[in-house]
Amino acid sequence: MHLAYPTVVAALLFSVGVYGVLARRNAILVLMSVELMLNAVNLNLVTFDIWLRDPLHGGQVLTLFTIVIAAAEIGLGLAIVLLVFRNRRNVDVDRLRALSERADGPDEAGPDEDGEQPAEPGRAAPAEEARP
Amino acid sequence: MSGQEVVFALLGVVAVGSAILVVTTRRLVHAALWLVVSFGALAGGYLVLTAEFVAWVQVLIYVGAIVVLLLFGIMLTRAPIGESADLDSGNRWAAAAVAAATAAVLVTVVVMGFGDERMALEAGGGSAEALGASVFRTWVLPFEILSVLLLASLVGAIVLSRSDIRARPETRVRSEEREPERGDAGGEDGV
Repeated sequence: MHLAYPTVVAALLFSVGVYGVLARRNAILVLMSVELMLNAVNLNLVTFDIWLRDPLHGGQVLTLFTIVIAAAEIGLGLAIVLLVFRNRRNVDVDRLRALSERADGPDEAGPDEDGEQPAEPGRAAPAEEARP
Repeated sequence: MSGQEVVFALLGVVAVGSAILVVTTRRLVHAALWLVVSFGALAGGYLVLTAEFVAWVQVLIYVGAIVVLLLFGIMLTRAPIGESADLDSGNRWAAAAVAAATAAVLVTVVVMGFGDERMALEAGGGSAEALGASVFRTWVLPFEILSVLLLASLVGAIVLSRSDIRARPETRVRSEEREPERGDAGGEDGV
C-alpha cells in the first residue's frame, strides 16, 4: 500500500479542521473541528507506526494517548462552554469580546439580563457571582 | 492499485467528505452526526492499516463518548435544532483560503516526501495483545501520568460545571447572607 494514501487523507482532514476552527461561530462546532484535526494527527501516527514497523508500537500507543487527551479536552472544553453559556446566554465565539483591547468590546459582549457585568473583563470568568 | 488501496481510498473519501459536511452544514445536530460518519470511516481506515485495537478504541471513545458529549453540549446550550443561518462567521472566505493553503502545502510535502514509499500490511501488528504488552512494558510511565491527567481534567470539569462551589471569600459571605432567606422560605413552606 502506498504511504501517500493515508497521509494525504490526514492532510485533507487537518485542513478541513483548520477551516472549521476559523470559520465557525458556535463554540461547540469549533470543538468538533478541533476533534477533526486530532483525528488527522492520529491517522498520521498510525500510518508511520505501520510504515516504520516500530517494535515498541510507539505510534499506536501515542494514538491511544492522544485519544485520551482528546476525551479530557472535550470534557473540559464543554464545561467551559457551558459556563460561558450560563453567563452570557450564547456560545458565539465572535461575540465573546470581553478580553479584547478595544473599548467597545465588553459592551458588545455583555449579557443582557444581569446588570452587574464587571468593569474589568477579567472578573467575568467566575460563574455564579453575576447571577441574581 | 491493490484492493487495500481501493478500500482505504473509499474510506478516506467518506471521512473527508463527511468532515467537510461537519464544517459546512447549517444544522448543529447534523454536524455531530456527520462527525460520527467521519470517525467511523477513520476507524475503518485503521482496520485496513492493521491497527485494529486503535480502530476499536476509536469507535468506543470517539463515536461512543465524545460525540455523545458533544450532543449533550448542543442540548445544554439550547442550540436550535433546525437550520440556523449564523453558524459561519464573517471571515469564512479567509478561513477557506487558509485551509486551502494548508491543504496545498501539506499534500505537496507529503506527496513529494513519501510519494514512492510503500508499506507492507501484515496482520497482528496492532492487535490488543501487542499493544497491551507495549503499553505496560515500555510506555507504562506515560500511561500512568496520562491517567492522572485524565482524572485531574475530569475533576476540573466537575468543578467548572457545579454551580454550588463558591470561589471567593466575598461571594461566600454573600451566599451566607442568602442562607437565612432560604431557611425562612423553607420554613414557610413547611408551615
